[in-house]
Amino acid sequence: MQISIKHGRLIDPANGIDQVMELHIRDGKIAAIGKIPKGFKPDLSLDAKGQLVLPGLVDLSARLGEPGREETATIASETRAATRGGITSVICPPDTAPIIDSTAVVELIHQRAMTQGHGRVYCLGALTHALKGESLARMHALKQEGCIGLSNGLAPISNSAVLRRALDYASSCDMTVHLFCEDQSLSDNGIVHEGIMSVRLGLPGIPGTAESIAISRALQLIEETACRVHFCRVSSAQSLPMIAEAKSRGLPVTADVGISHLYLTEVDVADFDSNCYLIPPLRGHTDRDALRQGLADGIIDAICSDHQPQNKDAKLVPFSLSEPGASTLDVLLPLGLQLASEGAAQLPTIVRSLTANPAAIAGLETGNLGVGQAADLSIVDPDAGWTVTVDSISSSGKNCPFLGWELHGRVTYTLVAGQLIHGQAET
Amino acid sequence: MTGNNIQLDEHGRLKHFLTIEGLDRSLLLNILDNAESFSGVGDRAIKKVPILRGKTVANLFFEPSTRTRTTFELAAKRLSADILNLNISSSATKKGESLLDTLRTLEAMHCDMFVVRHANSGAAHFIAKHVAPHISVINGGDGRHAHPTQAMLDMFTIRRHKQDFRELRVAIIGDILHSRVARSEIHALSTLGVSEIRVIGPRTLIPRHVETLGVHVYHNMSEGLKEVDVIMMLRLQQERMRSALLPSASEYFQLYGLTEEKLALAKTDAIVMHPGPINRGIEIDSKVADSSQSVILQQVSHGIAVRMAVMALTMGHSDARAGDGDAD
Repeated sequence: MQISIKHGRLIDPANGIDQVMELHIRDGKIAAIGKIPKGFKPDLSLDAKGQLVLPGLVDLSARLGEPGREETATIASETRAATRGGITSVICPPDTAPIIDSTAVVELIHQRAMTQGHGRVYCLGALTHALKGESLARMHALKQEGCIGLSNGLAPISNSAVLRRALDYASSCDMTVHLFCEDQSLSDNGIVHEGIMSVRLGLPGIPGTAESIAISRALQLIEETACRVHFCRVSSAQSLPMIAEAKSRGLPVTADVGISHLYLTEVDVADFDSNCYLIPPLRGHTDRDALRQGLADGIIDAICSDHQPQNKDAKLVPFSLSEPGASTLDVLLPLGLQLASEGAAQLPTIVRSLTANPAAIAGLETGNLGVGQAADLSIVDPDAGWTVTVDSISSSGKNCPFLGWELHGRVTYTLVAGQLIHGQAET
Repeated sequence: MTGNNIQLDEHGRLKHFLTIEGLDRSLLLNILDNAESFSGVGDRAIKKVPILRGKTVANLFFEPSTRTRTTFELAAKRLSADILNLNISSSATKKGESLLDTLRTLEAMHCDMFVVRHANSGAAHFIAKHVAPHISVINGGDGRHAHPTQAMLDMFTIRRHKQDFRELRVAIIGDILHSRVARSEIHALSTLGVSEIRVIGPRTLIPRHVETLGVHVYHNMSEGLKEVDVIMMLRLQQERMRSALLPSASEYFQLYGLTEEKLALAKTDAIVMHPGPINRGIEIDSKVADSSQSVILQQVSHGIAVRMAVMALTMGHSDARAGDGDAD
């Protein structure tokens, strides 16, 4: 199968490309950019006039429902939603049921992704056994089975000695640790950000220091262990200078932010909207603005969906009794594009934070449009408007805090390894 | 805030009573005026008016309460409503029934009003959002969020003793952090336009960012009580000592307990209030609680009239008159 994509604006930050160019695909790989190679006869030509041609998005955190929560979502349903949203690689955190701390679970997820999935699915293995923060998970075995990194999910490692040893061991296995930082003694059953809304609504608050203290601890241990650490879901303004300082000293750290935290704040909780119950919590305006600035400045490397589908009943209870998380696979790309149109950062910077950067953090070769690379890409009509509704969301999880928003940017085609897996080709 | 529009019907009348926040001054004054008209009912030989005859009020208490439940029950009875008391913490939820299923069951019993007490902030909002359109919801206290009828009976009591809210300086003392009463009192006082609201307590019991509610924070009680017209004490839960918020009850009493000496720092005609039940010797000295400046017991009896007013108003009786008519 040979495919040519014509007239589209190629944005490939990894290769410094941002211009209208042709792109040619052969045998699942990108064969050429620009002029059509000699002897190349496309079976299919896709007209991308007025559209963007982007590397497939790499999502550092999307919960797919499997294993353990199949009644809510499945690998089939969620990878379909991902590819419809231009996401070609998703990384699944280890807090499934059972937890990804054994090779059998990794195998199960890979198997199901292969037989029923629509894009590429990768796993983060557990950092500690059963995510309990007590003993080490079998990191090397998880790596051999294909885990692209390690994580303790949202579960705390309160024992600093265990964290230190876990980072040491992960470092000797040459694995990246995806670390969600929250000091649970400070978050103390908190539900929302400790700020103007926690005081008004009488919901227990989580101070920004719950995150920054945990990051501070981790940074000192990273210095000792030389472990590569990726800070997940940074939410608080006071964390950013610490990460920036660590990077400037050459510590092997990266960071991501969930897309919701670049738009929403504690104020969105005002109506006790349980779709805005997230971990980490939506924080203040100054935090959101600092996260956007951190993205523009390169302190934040990646944007992820932090997708967490929930069934209707899980959110149909009073706010603090609801299950946390938001369904965001469908909105990651359009909200990303909107960041550029709002002037938060340049479009190539945004695209990089959705593609090449997360790919590098995950150790994947995808996330760019280099010749010879697997042809994972999407064609996006940036002007196509749509309204986020329960019906327009592809994910099985309808718990989207952006319901009712008018967005721009619709994916017309998605290709994974040169296969058209979303969009109708006119032949 | 959209969260408060849910309380009003399409004509701007009170449909649910969930929080003071977002309700305007005239509406609060209307509640107080109506309560005034009901306050005589309890003194009559027949303590009833027929305003809610044929209506069914369900007390949904997901959290134990004696005082609030009893006064709501009395208020409903004096309005001639039928009343259903459900102690849900010990029945449905323990059997795994969801809150929505419980609501549907009660709707099927043709209830007209739910009075809700719940341990989680936002529970009354949630119920109001999901009940059948003919049902009114009154918040009898949700988590740390709101206890609007308590705040209104406090306002009623203040108005009985003080002429003009706008000239008053009010101090709320104690555990603001965990108190739904304090939050509702702050909203009520600021909507009614008092000249100053102070909150007094140790930093561990004053929530951060509380000044965004328009209050002044004092950690020194003697300073905070100066020139104050109304002193509103809050109850201190014993568990605060166990969670490293306070070292001991006696130290709390020493710093923030209301004694005669401290009371003397306020205006000479200052009134002392407490939502009850009081902890003598922890937040308030017995002599003060029983003094002529204490209006604590009046608050309790005003609670019935205020709850009658709120029940009548939310059920559409905007000109509720506790006439002498045909009480049954």
